[in-house]
Amino acid sequence: MELLSNLALGFQIVISPQNLLYCFLGTVIGTLIGVLPGIGPVQTIAILLPTTFALPPVSALIMLAGIYYGAQYGGSTTSILVNVPGEASSVVTCLDGYQMALRGRAGAALTISALGSFVAGCFATLLLALLALPLSELAFKFGPAEYFSLMVFGLIGSIVFASGSPIKAIGMIILGLLLGVVGTDVTSGTQRFSFGIPELADGIGFVPLAMGLFGISEIIKSLERKEKREILKTKIFGFWLKKKDVKEVAPAVARGTLTGSFLGILPGGGGILSSFVSYMLEKKVSRNPETFGKGNICGVASPESANNAGAQTSFIPLLTLGIPTNVVMAMMAGAMMIHGIQPGPRVISSNPELFWGVIVSMWVGNLMLVILNLPLIGIWVKLLTVPYRVLYPAILLFCCIGIYSVNNNIFDIWLTAILGFLGYLFVKLECEPAPLILGFVLGPMMEENLRRGMLLSRGDPSVFFTRPLSLAFLLMALAMLIVIALPAIRRKREDAFHEEGEKG
Amino acid sequence: MQIKNHKDFNTGLLFIFFGMSTTALVRSYPIGTAAKMGPGYFPFILGLMLTLLGLVILLKSLSKVGKVRRKGSTHLRPAIFVLSSIVLFGLLLLPLGLLFSTLLLVFISSMASDEFKIKVAILNAFVLLIIVLVIFIYLLQFQIPVFPAFLGSRA
Repeated sequence: MELLSNLALGFQIVISPQNLLYCFLGTVIGTLIGVLPGIGPVQTIAILLPTTFALPPVSALIMLAGIYYGAQYGGSTTSILVNVPGEASSVVTCLDGYQMALRGRAGAALTISALGSFVAGCFATLLLALLALPLSELAFKFGPAEYFSLMVFGLIGSIVFASGSPIKAIGMIILGLLLGVVGTDVTSGTQRFSFGIPELADGIGFVPLAMGLFGISEIIKSLERKEKREILKTKIFGFWLKKKDVKEVAPAVARGTLTGSFLGILPGGGGILSSFVSYMLEKKVSRNPETFGKGNICGVASPESANNAGAQTSFIPLLTLGIPTNVVMAMMAGAMMIHGIQPGPRVISSNPELFWGVIVSMWVGNLMLVILNLPLIGIWVKLLTVPYRVLYPAILLFCCIGIYSVNNNIFDIWLTAILGFLGYLFVKLECEPAPLILGFVLGPMMEENLRRGMLLSRGDPSVFFTRPLSLAFLLMALAMLIVIALPAIRRKREDAFHEEGEKG
Repeated sequence: MQIKNHKDFNTGLLFIFFGMSTTALVRSYPIGTAAKMGPGYFPFILGLMLTLLGLVILLKSLSKVGKVRRKGSTHLRPAIFVLSSIVLFGLLLLPLGLLFSTLLLVFISSMASDEFKIKVAILNAFVLLIIVLVIFIYLLQFQIPVFPAFLGSRA
């Protein structure tokens, strides 16, 4: 079977000592940084991105993927132990996880979170491997019109589930598209918006943008908030699940995995949506819904599985169609481009070792997480006691050195400061930076496909509406816009994010 | 007329500013035709869209009556110290080397916190300096000057 031989190729790549080491390093460092309060996967990846540049592309992506789910797991740990979600997608884990911890069952909560994630990871990896070939073959049939419309669909989709005002999110997308345009125009060689600054000829760097918008502004934001943290004083024990727990939890994990896998593929999906939806679902199907929010183990198992499944299936659109559907995937796309790999259907055929290596590494990385985290949990807990005032200068320092080292360029440091200020402004104005990053990554591709599409149709824009697939994408985008605009749904959406906003 | 939502009002202004400046800057690039788009075409459309969106957001933030949303409190200390420590790091890295710019970055950025304590900041700066030297210079061998340029030594 082709699938098996592909997976075997992947294993061959991952099992090499070098790649195993980077996978290991990624998961450990990812968890380590993800555990630190106020730093989620996006910040973690932004901060650690430069450290992977010296590696060969396969190792770099394996390490980045490891950092991603490591950071996510670290976020769950803080949710359970300190009631501080490292990121939006572990907000839900706080609800029952922290309650379990208060009832002396922190160990069990951590175990089920790791095991649930592992099961979900296995399933999602398999799904990714299964869907990759057919989807990328489909993508080869896409012309520029289809690609353009698919990107419109992806960008609009990303705002449906983003918190905050949709109209501002659209503005942020456009701003991102514009920032992506800065630099030399590929077709004509014209310098656009570079203001005579030679460093801007290559465009705005992905690393300064990601670090400025997510790293620096996040630090300033956290400093403005008075911190209050309640750290669990009791010792954590009882990692083993009881037989009764396993029986109770198994179907919850299965439900979470399926929900998460499905939602992860959709634009705008991924961790946050998956965990929210699966928690709601779990509460609905539960025989005793009143125990949710009071330490129900299913309330931890299901969203944690969904979270991880969604995180991994969101690689599907990126690796097969070349469309990042959420911020983390935009980061991955940025990292791939820095290594000279254009995400898209060609990756499978032109870099099979990279493609299958990364997929298998996700499975291996998840296994490592399970094995590693249970014994290391003591260290993670200690890390939580590091006060923020010592921590953030360290993060800043690593950011600055990392940014400089990408191109050995001072200008990038200043650019980061400027973008950090812009990011801070966005925080103040309640504008989500995530759509901007997506727009930034997709901007150049979108322009190119628009140009090629219009060139092929000799300037007739109807080409986007007459080709069936293209029309389908545009109609779906339109449907989503209408859905956001409907008053009833808008209210519900605001409620859902309101809750999140208070916690996060 | 009254501003109902200051955040949205300012967002509208910001978007209009970015949109208008884009369309203004784009004038110097060839626009081309729909079939053969020049470098100015795509950004020009985006600039127009952004301006329009900004206007909509701005108008929606105004109202004749209705409750006024409180303005968010601004606490500038963190932003000022964090951002200026980065800019300073950029200015000093090449002339003064990693050694001094690290110490300065950590110390100045520490002042952004309300819980700033001189002793903690200095200690933190030296501990981080050692970590940075070990990781980036000794282990990863980054090409960054460690000592000030006037001492004539290099990394």
